[in-house]
Amino acid sequence: MTTLTIAAQDSATMLWREIKHSIRLLRLLIVSAVLVPVVMLLLFDYILGGTLGHGLGAVARGAPYVDYLVPGILMMTVAGGCGPTAINVSMDMTGGFVDRIRTMAVTRGALLAGHVGVSVLRMLVATAAVTGVALLLGFRPQASVADWLAVVGIVAAFSFALAWLSAAIGLVTKSVAGANGSTLPLSFLLPFVSSTFVPADSMPAGVRWFAANQPFTAVVDSLRALLTGSPVGNTAYLALAWCAVIALAGYVWAQAAFRRGTR
Amino acid sequence: MTNLKTRTAVSVNGLRKTYGEKVVLDGVDLSIGEGEVFALLGPNGAGKTTIVRILSTLIPADARTASVMGHDLRREAAAVRNVIGVTGQFSAVDNWLTGEENLLLMGRLLHLPATELRTRAAQLLELFDLVDVARQTPATYSGGMKRRLDIAMTLMGRPRLIFLDEPTTGLDPRSRHTMWLLIRDLRAEGITILLTTQYLEEADQLADRIAVLDRGHIVAEGTPEELKRRVPGAHIRLRFADVASLDEAARELREGTRDDEKLVLRVPNDGGIRSLREVLARLGDDVAVEGLSIHTPDLDDVFFALTGNASKEKSQ
Repeated sequence: MTTLTIAAQDSATMLWREIKHSIRLLRLLIVSAVLVPVVMLLLFDYILGGTLGHGLGAVARGAPYVDYLVPGILMMTVAGGCGPTAINVSMDMTGGFVDRIRTMAVTRGALLAGHVGVSVLRMLVATAAVTGVALLLGFRPQASVADWLAVVGIVAAFSFALAWLSAAIGLVTKSVAGANGSTLPLSFLLPFVSSTFVPADSMPAGVRWFAANQPFTAVVDSLRALLTGSPVGNTAYLALAWCAVIALAGYVWAQAAFRRGTR
Repeated sequence: MTNLKTRTAVSVNGLRKTYGEKVVLDGVDLSIGEGEVFALLGPNGAGKTTIVRILSTLIPADARTASVMGHDLRREAAAVRNVIGVTGQFSAVDNWLTGEENLLLMGRLLHLPATELRTRAAQLLELFDLVDVARQTPATYSGGMKRRLDIAMTLMGRPRLIFLDEPTTGLDPRSRHTMWLLIRDLRAEGITILLTTQYLEEADQLADRIAVLDRGHIVAEGTPEELKRRVPGAHIRLRFADVASLDEAARELREGTRDDEKLVLRVPNDGGIRSLREVLARLGDDVAVEGLSIHTPDLDDVFFALTGNASKEKSQ
């Protein structure tokens, strides 16, 4: 066997392990990955949606608030997967597992590859499930087949980027609890300070520029344009470019942290 | 292959490891033959785990020479990893996989052929008495079962040398005994074993040779018997029916300490057949000896004699 096929085989083994984990923790995952975004959707649509939709006025162009909201909730579904990924990586590093692997002739990158691969899978499945629930709740997308494919592509790219970033966070945090806490800016803060719930230009001057130009806004705006049939412009390319930058940064950070942590 | 006994499994010379200013290992020499059970005995912080981590390629160290199963530790780390198995001090089982899946995971990472994978896993589950819980996750296991699974995982790849870092720490007496039987079985199969322990009895029970480690130095090395011989205090206890016999024996032997209440005479003696015969011959047929027991110093005596200074310094 060549080094490359062994590397592929080892990564597949680690992926198998992580899939088994996900199946065993399915109930927990359904709550954190699907139920939490659905509750957010209900809260913002039914409880706050009236006023918010009214306030959006021209932006919503008469469409119900749910159509504005759902693309943001889909982005938050992906971002909500950061916590479990960081926790899983951190648990491997703080337990004895990584040491056991390192005394075996296993490809170095396989462990992280498995984590990232399953993380992306989980985020995609959760996003699909939340989309289904949103459709039941009255979300009426105006997307063509090509638009849907573009949505899947952006969600996948965003998942891949956040998975590497979360893996790096899981590697550098000293404890499992710390790993979870450190992903909160990704899963909570940045989505709120973006165009997820209201447009960036409705925000106070202090955060307006940041909210308008940060990566999460680019992702939400592109998803929203694709799903509501509005002009996409260059937001899709901007979103993909941000994903590439985050993925690369996360990858480099994670590899460096893995080498440092396992020296 | 030549005679296994004559080959060297582990050979290190002048092993040093420092963390900043702190010297953890200060010139350790080890030579372990293939098929041998070698125990590193020492208190917490002596450097036992550090030695295991270095020899199992987890951390680098300075050494004049260091080879494991004939491979240079630093330059041929990958070759070393192919022939060793490591069970660390802290459980390295996957808590979300079943016992069987844990073994399959190891087998896949060891690149075992698909046909061998399941038969080997089934074999080990049988051997380690884990068949009934094979489809449960380790969350339901006792401490001893978890430790057995951990070692079974180590054996999936049929390693020729295994490291067991404190294999019985935290186990109840019955599990400890089971673990000892397992380790003896592994030895019978010709696997070289380097184990660390804080328990003197454990080293005595299992090891062919023992190195006593204290604060980064090996302070003594040898077979359990050799180590015990280094400590004076071996004696026999002779018990008598009455004071008259005790008096007579004390007169004949002219040495030892007597306990009139228990009717016992303690006589310095190494417990060998020859010296025993000598004592009995001197007592002759006239003195009625009710009982005789041989007392050799156990490893506790050795341990405290060898590391006594250290513990005194620490307690100051």
